[in-house]
Amino acid sequence: MSETSFTPGIVAGRLAADSYDEQFSDLHPLLDGHEALVASDRCYFCHDAPCITACPTDIDIPLFIRQIATGTPDAAAKTILSQNIMGGMCARVCPTETLCEEACVRELAEGKPVLIGQLQRYATDHLQQQGIHPFERAALTGKTVAVVGAGPAGLSCAHRLAMLGHEVVVLEPKAKSGGLNEFGIAAYKTTEGFAQAEVDWLCQIGGITIKHGQSLGAKLTLSDLQGQYDAVFLSIGLGGVNALGLAGEDKEGVLDAVEFISDLRQADDVALLPIGRDVVVIGGGMTAVDAAVQAKLLGALNVTLAYRRGRDRMNASKFEQDLAASKGVRIMTHVVPVGLHGNGAVREIEFEYVNDDMSGTGQMIKLQADQVLTAIGQVLQGHNLPVFDGGKIDVDTMGRTSITGVWAGGDCATGGDDLTVTAVAEGRDAAMDIHNVLVGSSNGKS
Amino acid sequence: MPRWIFITYWWGHQMANLESNFLGIKSPNPFWLASAPPTDKEYNVRRAFEAGWGGVVWKTLGEEGPPVVNVNGPRYGAIYGADRRLMGLNNIELITDRSLEVNLDEITRVKKDYPNHAVIVSIMVPCEEAAWKAILPRVEATGADGIELNFGCPHGMSERGMGAAVGQVPEYIEMVTRWCKQYYSKPVIVKLTPNITDVRQPAAAAKRGGADAVSLINTINSIVSVNLDTMSPEPSIDGKGTHGGYCGPAVKPIAMSMVSEIARFPETKGLPISGIGGVTTWRDAAEFMSLGCGNVQVCTAAMTYGFKIVQEMISGLSEWMDEKGHANIEDFVGQAIPNTTDWQYLNLNYIAKAVINQDDCIKCGRCYAACEDTSHQAISMSEDRVFEVIDGECVACNLCVNVCPVENCITMVEMLTGATDPRTGKVVEPEYANWTTHPNNPSATAAE
Repeated sequence: MSETSFTPGIVAGRLAADSYDEQFSDLHPLLDGHEALVASDRCYFCHDAPCITACPTDIDIPLFIRQIATGTPDAAAKTILSQNIMGGMCARVCPTETLCEEACVRELAEGKPVLIGQLQRYATDHLQQQGIHPFERAALTGKTVAVVGAGPAGLSCAHRLAMLGHEVVVLEPKAKSGGLNEFGIAAYKTTEGFAQAEVDWLCQIGGITIKHGQSLGAKLTLSDLQGQYDAVFLSIGLGGVNALGLAGEDKEGVLDAVEFISDLRQADDVALLPIGRDVVVIGGGMTAVDAAVQAKLLGALNVTLAYRRGRDRMNASKFEQDLAASKGVRIMTHVVPVGLHGNGAVREIEFEYVNDDMSGTGQMIKLQADQVLTAIGQVLQGHNLPVFDGGKIDVDTMGRTSITGVWAGGDCATGGDDLTVTAVAEGRDAAMDIHNVLVGSSNGKS
Repeated sequence: MPRWIFITYWWGHQMANLESNFLGIKSPNPFWLASAPPTDKEYNVRRAFEAGWGGVVWKTLGEEGPPVVNVNGPRYGAIYGADRRLMGLNNIELITDRSLEVNLDEITRVKKDYPNHAVIVSIMVPCEEAAWKAILPRVEATGADGIELNFGCPHGMSERGMGAAVGQVPEYIEMVTRWCKQYYSKPVIVKLTPNITDVRQPAAAAKRGGADAVSLINTINSIVSVNLDTMSPEPSIDGKGTHGGYCGPAVKPIAMSMVSEIARFPETKGLPISGIGGVTTWRDAAEFMSLGCGNVQVCTAAMTYGFKIVQEMISGLSEWMDEKGHANIEDFVGQAIPNTTDWQYLNLNYIAKAVINQDDCIKCGRCYAACEDTSHQAISMSEDRVFEVIDGECVACNLCVNVCPVENCITMVEMLTGATDPRTGKVVEPEYANWTTHPNNPSATAAE
């Protein structure tokens, strides 16, 4: 407790100064050697393993776990990283409970899957902490590729292209690389500056130049890039956020959760971050959970996550929902915000209860709220981009867009869930296609 | 109250009597600790009896004189199963390194305090009549119930003409056994080494020499691991290693096969056997006993888990005996011997097929990988990971059962008489027919 623990409004230092480190410590600390051996012993080395099928990057999970079990974690790391160059981050942020670990046969057998995510981190950390980069570039091709956006999709694409011998220039509007790995994921999932360390490690391959402060716009158009480079890969993410569309949305204390999380991730000292006493988060996805949990960790007394449908429809996994509940976040379902009240600053939010089909019930509920975080989806922003489908850049399975010579992947493109691991897979696969087009037999410009 | 009494009391409804009478030596149960580090001294043996062990074979005594010297580095090595379960242990320890007199005094005291428990003394002295003549009266004076001749130790002592060096020469076994029967009045058990081609020969020699029983197996020559940094076998002493004696769960199948050979061999049939080799659970003990062992000796299980492990052996054997209606252990000793035969007498008209219980299947696909890659391509795999046996290919080899992680998920089901085996197209015949009469057997044809 501190002097401001019960203070209404948005204030900093709600917790004792020495408790923040513990609050934001690693959600799943690195396994030690013994823990890794015990966990790896449980893998059955399944035939055509379901966990591989469930992994968007098709990591050969039984193989890397066997490599850990037999005392060769660096070989395990190479198995992982050859499929997923951001295997270290994915080990931390993947919703494994809905991917590999859900598919694990021991989940079916005993309700306790092999700890695939944590084992992956054990292997990748083991290699990366030695500073070893296990890949080398092929003979240079003389081809150049522009990658727009230094998030997971862009960096994955850049690494694979550089490895294949191409020169890659990554254009990034922000001052830091990493995209959502750096700005958009809960702090307790990626501690100790891992996102930047991973970018630095990834760039050890060579042949990748990251230019910050660069974005597509009037000064730099897609056709400019096409003129300067042999190919372009767009991984610009979803820059915009959806608005509630309610009167009072401009009141003080109402902000979007993406910005809240970004501020938190970039803070030098989280103890200095102001947080409401009564916080309401609107949404049902990972961003909503990340924001709600972190609001609680910052010392908010009451945090409510309000979602318009039932818990089974939430995009946040059951694990994430349970994590939120365990931290003291109250999850309200079947509520739609209808009003934001307060004089200048928000003081209260009003909801209507809704049925499963979203039809209104006429029943209202008001919650005290000095801070409202909205996490109701992000949208793609930009002009003169390739053809969209459903609000995103339309791509085929190899990431090709409607414009010849332009590929896209990650959250800004269609296909797959908006996950780090999916973005990595899309970047990698687009790189392979770009490579084939640039030097291979298949000619994309035909 | 000793824990084993408590357990017996707790299972008040039980009918089974675990009392053992081996060569007239009585013990509360058939679980003895084998001659090894757990039985090296009075302190251990008293605690073992309190923990529930029925008897001990005291760690091997040597002749009078300067005590044996052991290495001062690691003396054990191991191999592991999943989760670092110890599956095999090897050792380069020698016989007791405490003086003969101290051991004899302790044995005397312990036997006096535990008259109802079995105390057997293991002995290894040079292959000379005088040496045996000297030690046997002193052992007899302790009041111990019998002796076990250590003809099995494969390392160190064997280089000095003792242990396995004797056990590998049937004539020596016979000779020494005869001396023991001459100079010692109580039961003589001869412990056999497995490091020999045909274990029936030393067993027969022991019997000719007058042995009351044989015990087997002693440890197996082994190198359990090599340190790949130093290129030294392990356990490594200053950069060098040597073979040791291998024991633990991994050796149980070898031991049981050797036991069965002695139990079936006309020259040794009926010779009492004390079973040794990887006994870890009540089930292991019951299996050894079903193959003709009057009791079992345990070492590695106690060295891995401590003396308490006997409690599970006692309760487990009791429960199983109750379930099967065995009132005494004699009721099932040797029951599996009549069913242990030679390959040529197995019924070739017996036909089974693997059956996968889809409700129990966890879809790991190991049965498929094993069958597809290394056997008979008799398991199919669908896109949604349903694994099914192809009866037309299945030879009932059992590999799928062996590699399946779920117990009883895959079973071998006998085909009924009159049914047609889709693999061969032949009707399952009711008659027993083995290789000796099979048309493909040249000898069978010649015999007709």
